Amino acid sequence: MTTIEMLTWVRGPGLVIAIGIFLAGTLVRLIEMLMLGRRKDLSEPRNAASAKYGWRLVFTRFLPPFAASDVPAIAFLASYVFHIGLFLIVFFYVPHITVFKELIGFGWPSLPAWFIDAVTLATMIAMFVVLWHRISDKVKNYLSGFNDYYSWFITIFPIVTGYFAFHRLVLPYNDMLVIHILSVELLLISLPFTKLMHAFSFIFSRWYTGEAAGRKGIKL
Amino acid sequence: MSVSIKKGIQAFKEQIDAPIASYFNSCVHCGLCASSCLFYVATGDPKYTPIHKLEPMRRVWKQEYTFWGRLFSKLGISKPVTDDMLDEWQDLLYDSCTLCGRCSLVCPVGNDLVYMIRKAREGMVASGHAPQGLKEGTYRAMTIGSPMGVTLKSFKKIISNVEEETGMTMPFDVQGADYLLLMSSAEIMEFYEFIGAMAKIFAQANISWTFSSETFEATNSGIQIGSSDLAAELVQRIVDGAEKLNVKYVISPECGHAYTSLRWEGPNLIGRKYNFKVVHVLELIDQLLNQGKIKMGDKHIEKLTFHDPCQIVRRGGVIDEPQHLMNKVADNYVEMSDSGKLNWCCGGGGGVSANSHADELRLKTFKIKKRQLDDTGVKTLVTSCSNCRHMLEAGLEENEMDIEVIGLSELIAEHLQTNETHQDNKQ
Repeated sequence: MTTIEMLTWVRGPGLVIAIGIFLAGTLVRLIEMLMLGRRKDLSEPRNAASAKYGWRLVFTRFLPPFAASDVPAIAFLASYVFHIGLFLIVFFYVPHITVFKELIGFGWPSLPAWFIDAVTLATMIAMFVVLWHRISDKVKNYLSGFNDYYSWFITIFPIVTGYFAFHRLVLPYNDMLVIHILSVELLLISLPFTKLMHAFSFIFSRWYTGEAAGRKGIKL
Repeated sequence: MSVSIKKGIQAFKEQIDAPIASYFNSCVHCGLCASSCLFYVATGDPKYTPIHKLEPMRRVWKQEYTFWGRLFSKLGISKPVTDDMLDEWQDLLYDSCTLCGRCSLVCPVGNDLVYMIRKAREGMVASGHAPQGLKEGTYRAMTIGSPMGVTLKSFKKIISNVEEETGMTMPFDVQGADYLLLMSSAEIMEFYEFIGAMAKIFAQANISWTFSSETFEATNSGIQIGSSDLAAELVQRIVDGAEKLNVKYVISPECGHAYTSLRWEGPNLIGRKYNFKVVHVLELIDQLLNQGKIKMGDKHIEKLTFHDPCQIVRRGGVIDEPQHLMNKVADNYVEMSDSGKLNWCCGGGGGVSANSHADELRLKTFKIKKRQLDDTGVKTLVTSCSNCRHMLEAGLEENEMDIEVIGLSELIAEHLQTNETHQDNKQ
């Protein structure tokens, strides 16, 4: 198989399969979660508009917590940088928007390539900082297992290969592009089955907690 | 697999609902919950990281309710939950968790870890892994009616002593009274000043109230040990007593978990709404002051601080009332660092105080409270939970700190306007 044939496959059937597994997997995981249900709370609410508190927490928990004094500021900063960086790279880099346009029929304005380039560099650095923190921090190290390191790897893999492709590093552009798209496909098919599932489930976990506290009149 | 472990796994399974699944799905092992946990902060041991305490429940969730987990389980390549594992986790789920809920405030994905631990304890009880101290307390609560073994006879004896001391009559079994006052065993046995204080407040507010000889115990060992069946029966006793007397309100006394169990868990445990309202004593006092039914006289002059009980403030939602009351009663009220819903637990909530196996570890956590108290430089510490009070006194004694602990309701009662202060104010 030539590079071009490979590229055609990963861009075509490969991508369709990966997106299919990603969508079906995510849907199944969300359904198996929601099917477990939640019993109706019979206690008299202090605040009846508790759903509002659920939605409130979905957004307010993006802010850093009050009590994490033993976590170094750089680890905190790095986790924000890589989350925001990932979001900007995935959704605001011109070629990515083109792919979205082909898939869903519409696009949106992009950010300049030089800016995305800088964001990518920052994101990669940030991801190495969080990896360093995961290994060096005794609590994180204690909690970490295969899922944590695998999730880190499949997240940084597309960023590094994309960065290499953009700068024509290591391999010829088309070869690197094949690897880049394959790495994205690996991320897509893994996401529903790893801790990366938090990208969707966080809305539910925050909402449930915020709503339950809101019923009691506690603004979290 | 033993019968008990099967029962335990079944109980874990029954407890896992959509919120629990969303919490396990969302956890990214960031470890922030450790930095908010008093047991981790006091010891620096990562095994006390709150989410790690839930590992047995996570395994059950994964193996029973997720695609890969079920597959791996079928192939026999997943690690099962065993008796040995649960034995090891007894220290983590009971000794080193006071259900204080501080971790639930910091989790970036919003996991309510206390909700999870409360539920995980159901699996521990079902598999026979609850600590001895809690089992004994729960047994006394079920058979005698009080975890400390207080009988109606001894309660009435204390009441008659209070009547003698105060010269006031304490009403019993008054049909149709507005308020039914419940007590915690610790208040009856150790802090019975609370009874006289409440009688004084009720007298000034001129409201009808009563004790019940059928139900006087507000605490709920079933909640602490993690047995919904037993917890439901304890709640049912209160509901039956209150509905028999046809009262409008049931007052939860100065006890933290008594409030959350009766106010928030109770209706869910017995499967129906009450025919009365539950009010915490601080909510009631604040309300009476706002309505002008009771009036403050002089203020406490010396410097005071307030320890916010977790189950009343952070988990109970009675957040502003203690602040209002402290400001009304104290001339020189200083807040501790991390006050209000961020407060650090006394170390003995969630059944830890009833579990002697946890004593040594619990006392280690007091260094956080010591730091908070040293910063304020007070000689008097006010709180509104008899269990906190007991734990704080023990910690202060252990650390040779000369600080007196008093209950907020008593402090208020002491500074109510009397005829004399009323005259003084006029002059």
